[in-house]
Amino acid sequence: MNPSMAITEAPGLFTADGLTGLIFLIMMAVTVIGGIIACCAERLIRAIAGLIVCFIGVAAIYYFLNSPLVAMLQILIYVGAICITIAFAIMLAAPEESRKNGPAGPLSGPLGFISASLVTIGLIAMAMRTAFTSYPKINKGTVEEIGIEFLTTYSMVFELISIVLLIAIIGALVIARAGRSK
Amino acid sequence: MSVLTLYNNLNTFLYLAALLFGMGVYGLLTHRTLIGMLISSELILAAASINFMAFNRFTAPDPTTGQIFTLFIMAIAAAEAAIGLSIVIAVYRNYKSVDTEDLVDLKG
Repeated sequence: MNPSMAITEAPGLFTADGLTGLIFLIMMAVTVIGGIIACCAERLIRAIAGLIVCFIGVAAIYYFLNSPLVAMLQILIYVGAICITIAFAIMLAAPEESRKNGPAGPLSGPLGFISASLVTIGLIAMAMRTAFTSYPKINKGTVEEIGIEFLTTYSMVFELISIVLLIAIIGALVIARAGRSK
Repeated sequence: MSVLTLYNNLNTFLYLAALLFGMGVYGLLTHRTLIGMLISSELILAAASINFMAFNRFTAPDPTTGQIFTLFIMAIAAAEAAIGLSIVIAVYRNYKSVDTEDLVDLKG
């Protein structure tokens, strides 16, 4: 049930298209709420829980963007690997709850909010003013075509990224291992 | 334009990505621990990926390109998280803290 491109009239709520739109709205709300929890929570373990919720919403967004493969990989890699790794680091490093206002001063919250909202407003205004032209698709972007592109057009990048991952894993082991004996 | 057909609109995804990016910037500026900053940077990467996927779906002629780029972003993000967390562990072992206010050895 990939969302089709050619909906012009408003669908009723209890048709297939209307329910798809409703699910999209719910998933967008899940993404935004998860993001708010992730960036505003005082305790880190709550922030990581919010990040997991946010990434599940992002996976649903990817599904609505015609890419079930990337949606599944988002859940597998981000939720299943990265978030769990960060949760382990929180447990290992056990950061005590941060003091409320350090040398950064009480202004860091409002100033950060102002600059972040300026960035957001700028991006939204830029998206509003720009007219994007769309081009006819030359293929459908299925998993099979992604695999073919991976091993033909992008084969060099594909190999390089595996080397990068290998070096990253070795480097992480070396860094985390250093000074352990003392 | 009904609110139920928002998912057929490129701008919806761009606004969502901008919102996520702003949350990431806010978290990066206000979090006081290294792990909190890492979490915020993951939000920023997710916003970038959503932009790639949205343009891939609505404007790009070849719909595999954006998906492949998003997969590469995921691989880089995994590598970045592994390195960053090992640095956090090493810092914690040396300083007994991951608060950015305590890591001032390089301050002149």
